Amino acid sequence: MSRWTGALFDPRRFAPSRTSSDDTPDQSMERGCQTGSDRSSAFNPWLHRFAIFTAISTLGLIIIGGLVTSHGAGMAVPDWPNTYGYNMFAFPISKWVGGVLYEHSHRLMATFVGLLTAILSLWLWVRETRGKGRWLGVGTIVMVLGLMGVRALPVYLILACLALTVGGFGLYQIRRNFAALRWWGALAFATVILQGVLGGLRVVWLKDQIGIFHAALAQLFFALTCLIALFTSRWGHERATLLVRAAIPVAKGIRAESRAPVQSVFAWLLPAATLLIFAQLILGATMRHQHAGLAIPDFPLAYGKVWPPMDSASVTHYNQQRHEIIAVNPITALQIGLQMTHRIMALLICGAVAFCAWSTRRQVGASHPLSKLTLVWFGVIVTQALLGAATIWSDKAADVATAHVMVGALSLALGAIVSIVASRTLVWARAVPAAEAQALSPFGLQPSPHTGLK
Amino acid sequence: MKKTCALVIAGLASLQAIQAGDISGTVTLKGTPPPEKEIPQIKEDPNCGKLHTEAVKTRFYVVGANNGLGDVFVTLKGITGKSMGPSAPPAVIDQKGCEYQPYILAVQTGQKIVVKNSDPVLHNIHPTPTAPGNKEENKAQMPNGPDLTFSFPSPETFLRVKCDVHPWMFAYLCVVDSPYIAVTDKDGKYTIKNVPDGKYTIEFYHRKAAPASGPTTAEVEVKGGAVTKDIALEAK
Repeated sequence: MSRWTGALFDPRRFAPSRTSSDDTPDQSMERGCQTGSDRSSAFNPWLHRFAIFTAISTLGLIIIGGLVTSHGAGMAVPDWPNTYGYNMFAFPISKWVGGVLYEHSHRLMATFVGLLTAILSLWLWVRETRGKGRWLGVGTIVMVLGLMGVRALPVYLILACLALTVGGFGLYQIRRNFAALRWWGALAFATVILQGVLGGLRVVWLKDQIGIFHAALAQLFFALTCLIALFTSRWGHERATLLVRAAIPVAKGIRAESRAPVQSVFAWLLPAATLLIFAQLILGATMRHQHAGLAIPDFPLAYGKVWPPMDSASVTHYNQQRHEIIAVNPITALQIGLQMTHRIMALLICGAVAFCAWSTRRQVGASHPLSKLTLVWFGVIVTQALLGAATIWSDKAADVATAHVMVGALSLALGAIVSIVASRTLVWARAVPAAEAQALSPFGLQPSPHTGLK
Repeated sequence: MKKTCALVIAGLASLQAIQAGDISGTVTLKGTPPPEKEIPQIKEDPNCGKLHTEAVKTRFYVVGANNGLGDVFVTLKGITGKSMGPSAPPAVIDQKGCEYQPYILAVQTGQKIVVKNSDPVLHNIHPTPTAPGNKEENKAQMPNGPDLTFSFPSPETFLRVKCDVHPWMFAYLCVVDSPYIAVTDKDGKYTIKNVPDGKYTIEFYHRKAAPASGPTTAEVEVKGGAVTKDIALEAK
């Protein structure tokens, strides 16, 4: 088991972050931040709703971002952070035309999501900290927001470096204490700052490669907001109680020798399938940000063959045959190879997620929420595969291609949620004494001593 | 007397050395090209749609009288270092009806390229060169705004210029390091002027029928006068 996966499965990671009495020595620097009030340990429905709203808004931002690239409008506004010389917020609506409409809306929506993320991270930070640590965090977030208003490239570059540092430190803190939501919030805020600067740099530095990073980080950021929404939920608060309640009745039927399969499904297969999806999203972003349109115009065959010729003469012929209505770059052999890899990866992902769904159902039973969740995940993956085919059949119609981007983001977020829910379910089951589990279970059943969920 | 004769002979010799002629001809298209596609985005755009009364179509195969093929870039192979650079008269691209005019423009390295905006619509001008030394830029141009100027130091065939506000707007520059360039008109006619005497290989480039990776060529010899060279390209 990898260190990271091991960390996910370590019950100590899920210990409540409220008390400071059990702090490890290296947490001493955080003592000022350590929580002490009961307020932070209580489930806050408004925080959860706000986290959900942030996640939904992020999905909206990804959709608009998809529209930007689908319409080839990424460079429709040549300047940044200004818009055609105007302050972004004062740009006249009468000029929101053509590609400007998509690009400018994307910028405004990004600002909105950035603001929501700042509020969310502030909320999480204030909720879990006190004393100097609290004010240090609040001051940092407010200062960064103020500096974003300076609207000068050097300031943005400094903020991006700061975001990288804070993001890295946030990941380190999360690894130490998975349940410290304040660090999840800090990571989200650092990510949204970095993401905003990347988007701006893509415009002013005219680099497609930055666009690929921008698109990939967007997917990660959406998954991150979804996880924060999950952690702030009642389920997250009660640390998997709900799922284990349902798991107990079915777990009793699991064979004694099934400990290893249960662990393999929860510890390896689900995260591996999620990582495969992320790799696929990076591939998709690479194809998309090369602005070459459809490198292969047919499906399921490719230029009428199972594997298309990719020699120079063939590629020249493909370019001669295509009649581009919008400005797209010429097709290259690399782009054809990328799309073929994307197709193969899609097959692998469909198989992997189908196996996840089947395996989870076999391990914990059909009625288990985790089984239902993996089934939904599989449904989303199948939808995504169909949308991929539809993107080609529709000659990359902007709405279809954008839907493909949106469902891709949902696939990754669901994968992350399923992986976390599964790992936390297992951790809970291993960590909670049987008597407590019985008390929690509405069915009055205990975890089977023969199962991996013990 | 001898001195005068020597001067006359020397003068004639130098005249002989700088004698030049025009290469002209017609490029025709063999075969039937695929039909041009309508560009629905123009009609759907509230500003650009108003500028057209008829459907606007792509311009891949501009075929005129007697199958003459327009928008073919014609140049002489292997001539470098002859560009007039900034001293050449500026080449002009206009944005009219949310389209670039012309679609294909031949220019010399370093030559000024003036971009006008005759539209009551804002555009951005975004050249996307691939040759080393040519710089990608992205500039805004307001409705009827002042002209913008670009130039490219390195030769590059079919250097794309596009507008991201209106993604159907794109045109191509053919940048060469010599003044011996031409683009066929709508009837496929071209003229390369003032070509010094000598043997040359003419290259014909067309976005679809003769791409940058494989131009069609023809041999020609200039001997102090006009030379005609016709050629046919095949529809792909």
